[in-house]
Amino acid sequence: MAFRDRIERTVELDHPPAAVWAALTTADGLSAWFGQQAAIELRPGGSASMKWDSGHTADMRVERVEEPTVFGFTWHIFGLPDDDPRRTYVEFTLEPTDAGTRLTVVESGFAQLPEDAYRTAYDGNTRGWASELGELADYLDARA
Amino acid sequence: MPAPDVEAIAEQVFVALADPSRRAVLAALASGGPATATDLAGRLPITRQAIAKHLAVLGVAGLVTAEPGERRRVRYRLNSAPIQVAQQFLAALARDWDSRLDALKDHLDRHARGSA
Repeated sequence: MAFRDRIERTVELDHPPAAVWAALTTADGLSAWFGQQAAIELRPGGSASMKWDSGHTADMRVERVEEPTVFGFTWHIFGLPDDDPRRTYVEFTLEPTDAGTRLTVVESGFAQLPEDAYRTAYDGNTRGWASELGELADYLDARA
Repeated sequence: MPAPDVEAIAEQVFVALADPSRRAVLAALASGGPATATDLAGRLPITRQAIAKHLAVLGVAGLVTAEPGERRRVRYRLNSAPIQVAQQFLAALARDWDSRLDALKDHLDRHARGSA
């Protein structure tokens, strides 16, 4: 498959893991660099959300909390209808270094999309048809 | 069932959407429901012949499917599934982790200076 399932990045940060952890897992931290408003219930299964002034929102579900090394959540796939159940998984891994922290972020699950879409396309499954049509109309309008 | 060639599906979707007349045809099917080439020619500033050609391209991309309509006329129905394949590609681009991580770095630097 030519499409990749995951995005992976590593950055070296001149700050200790505790500071990075707070930026990733607290409402104050997240709203300072990620969303413009944020809320988070920091436990596996907890919910988190971010809002931007543009009106865009992201709802997340916290999956892994292993302070101060692993923080993982799932969230909605960009471009799909809000009620689409498919999600990607984002995991941050923090490693202490001499200078501070090596932070790795991996977002995976993009490849689930074509398989589902393929099934929908070729099995003649018309489930969710109305909402798909509405979504396409919005999609096309936005690009017109 | 062979593995889907998602790259090829996405490429056909992007080619199909690159043309304004084809976008107009898709938008008309999305808002008005299944229609014949003649119906579409009545609603859009495009000739029936041109619409037939665009429908053929959209058919190859899997974006429309032909079905029997009234009086043996072929109706075309929108099929959004290939667009979801293309959305996978767009979704991965839109995440833009490079900008996010730059913002995180800036935040940590500002925060450290503020508390120092």
